[in-house]
Amino acid sequence: MVSESHMFIFLNACLINNFVLSSFLGICPFLGVSGKIDTAARMGGAVSFVMFVASLCAYGIHNALVAINAPYLQLISYIVVIASTVQLVEMIIKKFSPALFRALGIFLPLITTNCAILGLALFQTNRQYDLFQSMAFALGAGAGFTLALVIMAGIREELQLSDVPEVIKGAALTLIVAGVLSLAFMGFAGLGGH
Amino acid sequence: MPETSTSKPPENMDTFLKGIWKENPVFVQLLGMCPVLAVTNSVINALVMGLATTFVLLMSNTLVSLLRKLIPKQVRIATYILIIATFVTVADYTIQAVSIEVHKALGAFISLIVVNCIILGRAEAFASKNTLGRSVLDALGMGGGFTIAVLCLGVVREVLGNGTFAGIPVFGESFEPWIVMILPGGAFFVLGGWLLLFSWLKQRKKQTELAA
Repeated sequence: MVSESHMFIFLNACLINNFVLSSFLGICPFLGVSGKIDTAARMGGAVSFVMFVASLCAYGIHNALVAINAPYLQLISYIVVIASTVQLVEMIIKKFSPALFRALGIFLPLITTNCAILGLALFQTNRQYDLFQSMAFALGAGAGFTLALVIMAGIREELQLSDVPEVIKGAALTLIVAGVLSLAFMGFAGLGGH
Repeated sequence: MPETSTSKPPENMDTFLKGIWKENPVFVQLLGMCPVLAVTNSVINALVMGLATTFVLLMSNTLVSLLRKLIPKQVRIATYILIIATFVTVADYTIQAVSIEVHKALGAFISLIVVNCIILGRAEAFASKNTLGRSVLDALGMGGGFTIAVLCLGVVREVLGNGTFAGIPVFGESFEPWIVMILPGGAFFVLGGWLLLFSWLKQRKKQTELAA
């Protein structure tokens, strides 16, 4: 696993094993914030940024924990670092773009409990990626998350104008659309020459 | 909520039952979707996931309820997360010790129980305001509801996608498995289908009430 090229890791996280559609990470914002393309793209940006920072931190922490031989602290330290990173991002966005801050609303602090971020940190540790591989992985995951969210938002904007039966409206419809999207993404499986 | 001494037993029962049915965390509140979709490709995986989540929920609700007067308001969320992460680590190592195969199959998703919104949600919304007994009941109800929901998905996906129930073949030789059910897309379809069924039942009930 360690010998994978950076490009492959990026494509793998972004398309082949898309974080949302095939690893089921970050489903909550995927279902919650995907009403409008605009908000979806911003949410994707915020998550990608947190992912990148958290991935770098997780790499450092993992090495530190290995050095002091305390792997059982891994989960606790990861979650603390992610929570602090989210807090930091929240303050930055609030300072530089109050409009974006309002648009993201409750979903910003909820990034802490977005499993995509913790999942990213855990996966990169499991797969023993080095620093640059971790960076490629984080960028790919962020891009994949944003892509899935924006596509979904696009579809849902169209759906608002179409005539669907009352009974399927809401979460059921979103999930079935997500299923179709997930099948579509399986088409990328051959990518990267496996 | 009005609380009188006479209505105590049914109310306790209600605390427990609401998690299973009326406020089912998965089917009604749509919380904790990630593990529900990710690990339900077989009945065993789903069951282990449900039990592990219930265990963490029970322990964290217990501790949060006991410490509710000691935890300062400002840092409560961080404290809850630390409590939850501790118990998830316990569950993680326990599963690893009991069955290394199941641990491998569930992978990172055991650790990801930490970010399951159901657990943090119950700590914040219920355990931080209620007595130990009711918090335990609430945890058992919500955990039970979650386990039932993951089993609903796990059973459908394994029976249709693999032709087996917990590893035992249920159809004859001639059964052609629906591969799509095991694939990620199948998870979305099955959950969507269950939600559809519930909303259809709800709509039908409303219509019969209107007609009556």
